[in-house]
This record gives sequence, C-alpha cells and structure tokens, in this order.
Amino acid sequence: MKILIVDDFSTMRRIIKNLLRDLGFTNTDEADDGNSALPMLRSGKYDFLVTDWNMPGMSGFDLLKEVRADEQLKDLPILMVTAEAKRDQIVAAAQAGVNGYVVKPFTAAVLKEKIEKIFERIQ
Amino acid sequence: MSEDNQNGPGLDPEITSQLKEQADELVKQVNAGDYASAMTVINDLSEVRDQSLYREVGRLTRSLHEAIRNFQVQPQNPEQQEALSKMSDASDRLQYVVEMTNNAANRTMDLVEDAMPRANAMCEQAKSLRDDWQRLRRREMAPAEFRELYGRIDRFFESLSEDAEKMYGDLSEILLAQDFQDLTGQVIHKVTALVKEVEDNLLGLVVMASHVDQLTGTVHDLKEKEASIKGEGPQMRAAERSDVVSGQDDVDDLLSSLGF
Repeated sequence: MKILIVDDFSTMRRIIKNLLRDLGFTNTDEADDGNSALPMLRSGKYDFLVTDWNMPGMSGFDLLKEVRADEQLKDLPILMVTAEAKRDQIVAAAQAGVNGYVVKPFTAAVLKEKIEKIFERIQ
Repeated sequence: MSEDNQNGPGLDPEITSQLKEQADELVKQVNAGDYASAMTVINDLSEVRDQSLYREVGRLTRSLHEAIRNFQVQPQNPEQQEALSKMSDASDRLQYVVEMTNNAANRTMDLVEDAMPRANAMCEQAKSLRDDWQRLRRREMAPAEFRELYGRIDRFFESLSEDAEKMYGDLSEILLAQDFQDLTGQVIHKVTALVKEVEDNLLGLVVMASHVDQLTGTVHDLKEKEASIKGEGPQMRAAERSDVVSGQDDVDDLLSSLGF
C-alpha cells in the first residue's frame, strides 16, 4: 500500500505520516501542493491519496478534479484532510468524487475510521 | 444643496455671508421694482451655491486622495514611513509566529518519535517477563530457565529506570516546547491591535468616499461577484454559523445525507 500525503505544512505531513505508520502504512511519500503531487501520482503507482484543501499553487480541490479527470488515476481513493469546513465546500468535494472528508483538527481515531471505511467500500 | 445644509458644518462662513449679502440685495431690488437686476442677483446666488458645492467636493476629494496615498507602498514622509514600517514589522512578527510554532511542533515530534519506540520496547519486555513470571508461579519453569529469567529481570530493572528517566526528560522537554504559546500570543495581540487601527482608518476612508459620491451623485455599478469554491482555512466561530460545519460529526451527517 503506497500512500501520497499532500499538505503545504511539513508539520501536518509529519503528523499524518506518523498516524499512518501507527495504522501499519509505512510506505508514504509527501508533496507540498497539487502541482508537485500530480506528476508523482502519474508516475508513482500510488494506492491512496491524502490531501489538504488550501495550498498555494494547486489546491487540493483542483487536485481532486485533476485526478478524477485523468483516465489513469480516476479510481484512486482520495481522503481530504482539511480545515475547510463550509457546507458548500464539503458538498462540492463530494460531488467532485472525494472518498472521505476529515476536518482539522482531527484525532487519530477519526483518521483511522475514515481510512478503514474507504478501504471497506473499495473491496 | 438643501436649506438645512446651511446649518451644517460643511458650509464656509465666507459663503454664508455672501449668500446673506446677495439675499438682502435681492430683496432691495425687488422692492425697488428693478426685476432685471433682481434676476442677475438670483443668477449670482445660484453660482455661489454651485461654488460651495464644488468646494465641498474638492475638499473631500483631496482628503480622499491623501488618505489613499497614505496606503501607497512608497513612503513620501516620515509619517508614512512609520506607518509602513509598522506593517512590515507586523508581517515580520507573524513570520516569527510561523517559525516559533513550526520549531515547537518539530521539536515535540522529534521527542515523541524518539520516545515512542522506547515505550514500545518497555511494554514488550514487561509483557514477556510477566508471562515467564506467571510460568514460574505455576512452577512450570526448569532451573536453567529460571536462572536465565533471573538475569533478564535484573537487566530489565536497570534499563527500566534508565528508560523511564529518559522518558521523563523527553516529557519535560515537550512541556518546555509549549512556551511558544506565550510568546506568539503576545505577538498576535500586537498585530491584532495594528489590524484594528488599519480597519478604523479604512472605515474613515469609506465614509469619506461615500460623502464624495453623495455630493457628486455618483452611483457605482456594484455587481455581486459569484461566490467561488476557494479555500479559506480554519473557520472561526463555526458554532455560530449555519454555512459551516461544527465538527467531524457534522461532516459525516452531511456526507451521509449525500449518500456517502
């Protein structure tokens, strides 16, 4: 299971990386916005994408749309972990095809639950 | 300009005295039956009114212009320089907050990442010793095994006190790493005060601009921009807003209502 973590703050990437490691996912890579994430996704055979929304360069929402529009990547499961908490935004993310949505600040238990739920639905 | 504005603060005393003079002149001409001269006086009167209007608009425009120039990037006098350095000082200060919080987070995570495997090892060792100890109590242990256990318990106690001491040190360092809250809090308070000041000045500017618009009768074509789906960052006072979810449970409810 190879996971890409996209967040502009290195601290948040580190926290998510640690939480994922505790859940048994040790094969993770990091990117700091959509622009750097997209080429990694296209060449790196990732199984799962965890992304923030608000980032300089390409936002997580645009990254979500790019991934869904890409023939090769469109089925990649995506979990959004973000401080964006407006109803319109959550609805828009759902309509754009996000698989899960976690609002910051979050707990390890919530992250675990959402990730497990996504994999449950995929299998 | 209406009658009641004569008592307003806007009118020049020079203009009011001029008006008074001309009004007296008008009454005199009308009483004398000289209507042609009276018409000229009426013309002069309306010219004075126009002039006072122009003067008022001019004054407001000038203040508006001055106020806008104060927000320009190039400082032209010491006062502007001071206002500007306050702003760059504020962004320096906020940069400092970012650095402080970043350092504190990394320092804490370094210590946690260092302590976690040690806590894990302590737990594993204790578990294995407890299992063997229970076998000993059930008298299931051979003498050779017991001698080995004896040595392990000895080593465990030694490493336990060492590891616990190290962990205590890590925890108190983590505690110390939270000192950024005090320092960044002070900085943020200062910047908030500056933002409040800027807001007050901007408000004054808006009031002035609307005054100019009122006097000149300018109507702005303000179309409401289409709300875009853009990242905004953390929502403050989420509980008081209906367009914002108040937590993960709310997100889950919303998503499940969408068939998730």
